[in-house]
Amino acid sequence: MTEDANNMSCAMFQAQLPELIGSSEDIAAHPHLQSCELCRALLADMETIAEAARRLFPIEEPPETLWDQIDLAIRNEESVSDQG
Amino acid sequence: MPYKRSPMESPEPSPEQLAGQPPVRAPISPATAFTRSTLPSPTEADALIRAQTGDHQAFAQLYSLHKRRIYSLCLRMVGNTAEAEDLTQEAFLQLHRKIGTFRGDSAFSTWLHRLAINVVLMHLRKKGLSVISLDESMDPAPDERPSRSFGSPDPALSGAIDRLALERAIDNLPAGYRLIFVLHDIEGYEHNEIASMLDCSIGNTKSQLHKARLKLRDALRTNPRQEARR
Repeated sequence: MTEDANNMSCAMFQAQLPELIGSSEDIAAHPHLQSCELCRALLADMETIAEAARRLFPIEEPPETLWDQIDLAIRNEESVSDQG
Repeated sequence: MPYKRSPMESPEPSPEQLAGQPPVRAPISPATAFTRSTLPSPTEADALIRAQTGDHQAFAQLYSLHKRRIYSLCLRMVGNTAEAEDLTQEAFLQLHRKIGTFRGDSAFSTWLHRLAINVVLMHLRKKGLSVISLDESMDPAPDERPSRSFGSPDPALSGAIDRLALERAIDNLPAGYRLIFVLHDIEGYEHNEIASMLDCSIGNTKSQLHKARLKLRDALRTNPRQEARR
């Protein structure tokens, strides 16, 4: 395979990649990945980033006092509305 | 249900806990995929109906059910806790004003997230960032798009990614990419849910997520240690 042909093949594969990642297909079995180290590395990096996001950024708890502020603001709005 | 509440937790369990599921994380591999129900739990459905009639306690219950995801979304979008608290407050104030207009055309969580996303984007626009509308945030300027990955021998990311480096790289993403990445990879929403929140196609969210990851890869490969120190 010439360099151009190989690049074209990578371009075509990478154009399909967003859809492939979001599908139920086994991407690792894709024919292009069997011979392309570059795209294997790209896919591995995508998986590493997604895994790191899940691991490093848990769902956060807001401070307990936030509800008090929201509740107060709601009551103030209702009070103004009642007066109007 | 085998659920133990920690002293720091709110009185009400999260929707995931009510459904007997762990907090949802978005899969990249189909093998680990699972679908979270978008149907409201009985607790939420009841609280929603009562909150729509002006019941304060029911509204507090809705806050308790959704505060973590809304706060986390705000925190990841703006990058600091003070602004995230302000935005969470504004989102729930708007929810209180508009809750009577919710008709159940989409899941309540989706509707609430759409509302919160608009609050965040409005805030970013006020700060002078290049976010005019959701549509525009989904289509960054050419110089903000990720570089192509074919044709050159790219160095791969080395195993572990540093939290600070990733945080910095996420902060530097264009708002549209950041939003999709936060919703999918951090908050764990599925593409169909995100498409509904942002009123765009599933293909669009998949494409934007991929571009976001490519941008992050570019940033993390450039100089991860320097990124972390900045």
